[in-house]
Amino acid sequence: MEISPVIEALIKIIVVIFFILLPCVAYLGVQLERKLSAWIQNRVGPNRVGPYGLLQPLADIPKLFFKEDIVPAAANKFVHSLGPLISLTIAFSTFAVMPFGDTLPIVVNGVVHNISLQIANVNIGVLYVLALSSLAVYGITLSGWSSNNKYSLLGGIRSSAQMISYELSLGLSIIGIVMLSNTLQLNDIVKAQSGYYLFGFLPNWNIFVQPIGFITFFVAMFAETNRLPFDLPEAEPELVAGYHTEYTGMKFGMFMLSEFLAMFAAAGMITTLYLGGWQAPYIEYLNLSPFVVSLVQVGAFFTKFALIVVFFMIVRWSMPRFRYDQLMNIGWKVMIPLSLLNIALTGLFILKPIHTWFN
Amino acid sequence: MNMYEIIFYFFAFITVASASVVVFSRNIIYAAFSLLFTFFGVAGIYVLLNADFLAITQLLIYVGGILVLLLFGVMLTTNTVNIDIKSGSMNVLAAASVVAALAGLLGGVFWTSDWFVSKQMGELPAQTTSKEIGTALITTHVLPFEIASVILLVAIVGAAMMARREGIKSQIPSSK
Repeated sequence: MEISPVIEALIKIIVVIFFILLPCVAYLGVQLERKLSAWIQNRVGPNRVGPYGLLQPLADIPKLFFKEDIVPAAANKFVHSLGPLISLTIAFSTFAVMPFGDTLPIVVNGVVHNISLQIANVNIGVLYVLALSSLAVYGITLSGWSSNNKYSLLGGIRSSAQMISYELSLGLSIIGIVMLSNTLQLNDIVKAQSGYYLFGFLPNWNIFVQPIGFITFFVAMFAETNRLPFDLPEAEPELVAGYHTEYTGMKFGMFMLSEFLAMFAAAGMITTLYLGGWQAPYIEYLNLSPFVVSLVQVGAFFTKFALIVVFFMIVRWSMPRFRYDQLMNIGWKVMIPLSLLNIALTGLFILKPIHTWFN
Repeated sequence: MNMYEIIFYFFAFITVASASVVVFSRNIIYAAFSLLFTFFGVAGIYVLLNADFLAITQLLIYVGGILVLLLFGVMLTTNTVNIDIKSGSMNVLAAASVVAALAGLLGGVFWTSDWFVSKQMGELPAQTTSKEIGTALITTHVLPFEIASVILLVAIVGAAMMARREGIKSQIPSSK
C-alpha cells in the first residue's frame, strides 16, 4: 500500500483541521475560556445548553452564521472582506509545521509504515513560523484601515506597532535554541531535547537550559497573540473593539477563530521549543511497544499544550492591561536586551560548557 | 507541461501582473497592495528553485517588515489629509534615459551570464540551504556583510536622532 505524499499530506491536513483544531477551538477555546473566566470571577458560566453547558459552542457557531453581515458604507469593501480571511489563513498555516508527535508505526500486511505526525517537515520550520507571525500583522492592519473608522484604525496601528516591536525579541529568543540544537527544523529541535540535564533526572528541555530565553519568548508570544495584558489593539474602554469594531456575524467569528488559533499556535510553539514538544520523560523505563510510545508522546504534547493554554487564559482574566508607553518600554528596553544577553550567555556556555569551569 | 512548469508559470504570472499594477496604477494604495503579491510571487519562485531560506527571508523581511511600514505610510497620509495621493508622470526624458540604461544593464547581465539550467530542477531533493548561506556570509563574503551591518547601524542611529530632536522641540512631557 503506497500512498502518494500529496494524498498523505491532504489526509493529515484534514485530520489536523477537523479533528484537532476545530474541536480545540470549540471546547478548549470558547467553552473553557468562558467557564474559566466565570470561575475566576465567581460566576457560574454557560450551563444551560446541554449537560453542564457542554453544547454551548454548537449553539454559538450557528448563531454567528445567521447574523447579518454589515459592511460600512464608507469601507473599502474588497479589503474589508480580505482582512478576516488573511487572519484566518495565517492562523491555520502555522500548524503545518507543528510536530504533534514523532512517527506513528502502523503495520499494514506485515510492513511497518512510519507515518510522521507532522504535516510538513520543513527544513526551516522556525523561520517559517516567524515569517507567518510577521504576516499576521496584515490581517489586523488591513481590516482596521479598511473599516474607515477611527477606532478601528487606531487599533490596527497599535497592533502593528506592538507586533513589529515584539517580533524582534521573539526572533532573538529563538536564536539561543537554534544555537544549541544546530537546526531550524522543529522536529529536530524536539529531538535535541531528549535525555536528562543536571543531576540526571531533570528532562533536557529548553525551559531548564534556556530560562531567560523562555521568559522573553513567552512574553513576546503573549504580545504577538494580542491577548491580555497585551490586548491594546482592542482595548475596550478606549477603542470600542479596536480593529474588529466594524465586523459582524461570521466575519467577526473568523477574527475570533483566528485569535484562538493564534493562541493555540503560540502554545504549540512554546511546547515545541521549550517544553520538549512530544518528549515524555522517563518513558524509556516502561518498556512499551513503539506504537504505544508514539501515542503516549502525542498525549504528552497535548497535555503540555493544554496546560499552556489554560495558563494563557488565567493570565488573561487576572491581569490588568498595560499602558501603551509601558508596553513599548518593556518591549524595547527590557525584552530585547534580555534576549541579547541570552544569546551572549548561550554562546559562552557553548564555548565553555559548565562542567569545565572549575578545573 | 508538467506540474513544475505549471506552478512556475503561475507564480511568474502573479509576479509580473502585480508588478505591472504597482507601476501603472494611479492609486498609490492599490500600488502598495499589489507589491504584496509581487513579493509573494517571487518567494514562490524561490521555493521552486529549492532556495527555502531565501524564500522565507523574502517573506520575513520584505513582506513582514518593509511593506508593512510602506502600507502604514500610505494609509495614514491618505486618511489624515483629505487629498488622494496619486502618482503622476514627470521628468519623462530623464526617467526614460535612466530606465533605458538600467534595462540595457539588466539585459546585458541576462544574456551574457552562464545560467545553470537543469531539466530536473523540479525533481532535485529539497535540502537545507541555510548552512551554506551562513558559512558563505561569515567566510568569503564577510566584508560586504559587515559593511551592510554598519550601514544599518548608521541608519538606526540616524533615525533615533531625528525622532529625539522632534521630541525635544515639541516639548512633549515625558511619560514618567
